[in-house]
Amino acid sequence: MAVIAPAEAHRPVHDHLKLNRAGLWLFFFSESVLFGLLLTARFYLEGIQREELDQLLGLGITIVLLLSSVTAFTAETAIEHDNRKLANWGLIATIALGVLFAAGVGYEWSIAHFHRDEAFGTLFFTMTGIHASHVISGIGILVLVWVQLLRGRYTSRDHWPIAGAVMYWHFVDVVWVFFYPALYLVN
Amino acid sequence: MHALKSVAGAAGLGMIGFYLGLGFVAVLRAMLGYPDAWGGEINIVGGYVFGLVGWLMGIGMWGIWIREWFGLKTYQRRAPGWQRYFTFNTDHKVIGIQYLVTFIVVFLLAGLLALGMRLELASSGMQFISHSQYNGAMGLHGILMIAVAVAAVIGGAGNYAVPLMIGADDMAFPRLNALTFWLIPPVAVALLATPFLGGIETGWTAYPPLSTTTNSSQILFDLAIITFGLTSILGGLNFIITIIFMRAPGMTWGRLPIFVWSMFVTSWLAIFFTQGFAVALLMILLDRVAGMAFFSAEAGGDPLLYQHVFWFYSHPAVYIMVLPGFGLALEVISHFSRKPLFAYRYAVGAFLGILGLSGVVWAHHMFTSGMPNYLHGPFLVATELISIPTGLIFLSALGTIWMGKLWLQTPMLFAMAVIFNFACGGVTGIFLADVPTDIHLHDTYFVVAHFHYTIVGGEIFALFAGIYYWFPKMTGRMYNETLAKLHFWWMFIGFNLTFFTMHLPGVKGMNRRVADFPESLDNLNMLVSISGWLLGLSFLVFMYNMINAWIRGPVAEANPWRARTLEWQTTSPPPHENFPEQPVIKGHPYDYGVPGSVHGVFPNSGLAGAPSGSAGGGGQ
Repeated sequence: MAVIAPAEAHRPVHDHLKLNRAGLWLFFFSESVLFGLLLTARFYLEGIQREELDQLLGLGITIVLLLSSVTAFTAETAIEHDNRKLANWGLIATIALGVLFAAGVGYEWSIAHFHRDEAFGTLFFTMTGIHASHVISGIGILVLVWVQLLRGRYTSRDHWPIAGAVMYWHFVDVVWVFFYPALYLVN
Repeated sequence: MHALKSVAGAAGLGMIGFYLGLGFVAVLRAMLGYPDAWGGEINIVGGYVFGLVGWLMGIGMWGIWIREWFGLKTYQRRAPGWQRYFTFNTDHKVIGIQYLVTFIVVFLLAGLLALGMRLELASSGMQFISHSQYNGAMGLHGILMIAVAVAAVIGGAGNYAVPLMIGADDMAFPRLNALTFWLIPPVAVALLATPFLGGIETGWTAYPPLSTTTNSSQILFDLAIITFGLTSILGGLNFIITIIFMRAPGMTWGRLPIFVWSMFVTSWLAIFFTQGFAVALLMILLDRVAGMAFFSAEAGGDPLLYQHVFWFYSHPAVYIMVLPGFGLALEVISHFSRKPLFAYRYAVGAFLGILGLSGVVWAHHMFTSGMPNYLHGPFLVATELISIPTGLIFLSALGTIWMGKLWLQTPMLFAMAVIFNFACGGVTGIFLADVPTDIHLHDTYFVVAHFHYTIVGGEIFALFAGIYYWFPKMTGRMYNETLAKLHFWWMFIGFNLTFFTMHLPGVKGMNRRVADFPESLDNLNMLVSISGWLLGLSFLVFMYNMINAWIRGPVAEANPWRARTLEWQTTSPPPHENFPEQPVIKGHPYDYGVPGSVHGVFPNSGLAGAPSGSAGGGGQ
């Protein structure tokens, strides 16, 4: 018996980053059906009918969420250039803006003049609630990633967790771009 | 005992989590000033979520996965031999067998429920159980069998065979793969616990307004099925990435085995449509525990919304069930006819055509629901259009069998039965797709007979074809061929007797989902019940054969079927890394009898004990 090559020696090295990215995109594809069905349900039940909402608050939290996508993008770009300090501030700003958005939704819930046992209330609370739960889980992921960044785990060559978390954050942001007009602006 | 420690420990953590969750919600409710802090259905929701997390962490997700999120070193329990089936193992072959064994157990349990129902339905009047017990048994039979149909072929045969057939060493995301399996036990426990809360009275479709007002078992049902949907989505995602990125060099899309193609298409269906079921059940959950008004008409909601969202998933779901069955049948038919697969490209096109059409046919389940009349025509036409791609798959199967050198081993018998049974199911489907006949036949036993012909006849028969086909590869042992053939003929005759006869009371208007029927249908129902029990008993032969063969069957060869696809070019069972070296693909998998053709080769063969230099050459 000659030399036996270890099993791993001739195994192809798959590009894990590519697989992870593609997998996350598929996850978004699936999630967009969840949000799409909720959006469809909103128009199915209520057409373009809408209750009065605090427009200034709605516009405010939308701007906050869009800004948070900018800071998240800054953090990702910064770590790609090994700029840990900027990445750190980018993540802190994103988390802070995310918390602000969630607090804004909470405040909107507390002042809403409609109730959850009528059709528009049902739709409003469900859609904002499911979206906010994604925002909150996104904040959780960003905090985990941020702690690892502080411990110096990421470099320009190895920062998939930051890239993945930021992709997720952008996705949640894009969902709001569809939900906001459907809840606040139609009619 | 690693196995016992692993499962019992995880179950213990799950129980602790369950009670913690109950208590956590109770404390919240007490703080918010609700009168009955313990009594709400939302307590069950909290308990389920906490219990699920506890179970997953206990079974090994904490060690192998979650620790990474906190920057800790990951570790994996290494259990020897059979005990690895009871741990969070990331090997796709282990996961495939975990799926198959679990779902065969679930299949037999759900089958027992069906036998119980047939006992009650043997004659008119009420004999053994109450109406409510009958409803609970029927709902549980339905949802358990749906779970088997969705996950047994995809999770079992798919997980086991797809990486082997494309020449990969594992799935793209092995830990995610293990997670999809270990989400199943909590689902099973939750579903099996439903009788203690009153039973699923709504059937597996859970239509409101009954499902928003019935007993609390609906909560467990919703939570379990949302979890199960997550399994389906994550599994589909894993298959898509694996098939796109992990194919062996030379494995072009045109050389992909047809079973892998069917799994690819099915996975797209699963990740796209499964969210519909989750959303529908989430709405019911919110209506029940949060007092929302999706389905209460007096507050502006609409029960029809549920049916649209639900069937948006649940019609494509039948293709999630049956497409891998078709793929498996075509695969087996080509190998056992010793002929190239007829019209391979058209068969692939047919799979893609079904993928495209499946999303625009759902409302044919709702012709009698009171939806707007202008929707009837489009959904009728779209539904009948689907018979074109389905017909292409049939032509591919028949063209392969035509003039082939048929080798009538058990897998081939089952695969040909798939074609026969599904043809019957397809023909009866036309009556249900046409609005005028459907209005007469809707909600009768004709529908029950039709979908058992398609799903049991089309998919469960394919599942057994797959089990008999890959059993030697999975276990390294051979089953008794005589007993296997006995099982086939027994099951085939029992199945056709039961479900062919079942059309007749349906045409005469016997309602499904009801425990009683008019006396005039006594004879027919007695015949159905006796045949049903005959069908049920056939699985005793199957179980005996499988268990006996696995323990003391003769050792199987690496390639007992002389098949050309890659999974047969490695040892039985395959080593952990699947192949002695990276296979390279040189030709089409089904070119039996084509001179000089090879499918896969091992370029440096012999170095690490490859079975032969040229893998799968010739064939005949």
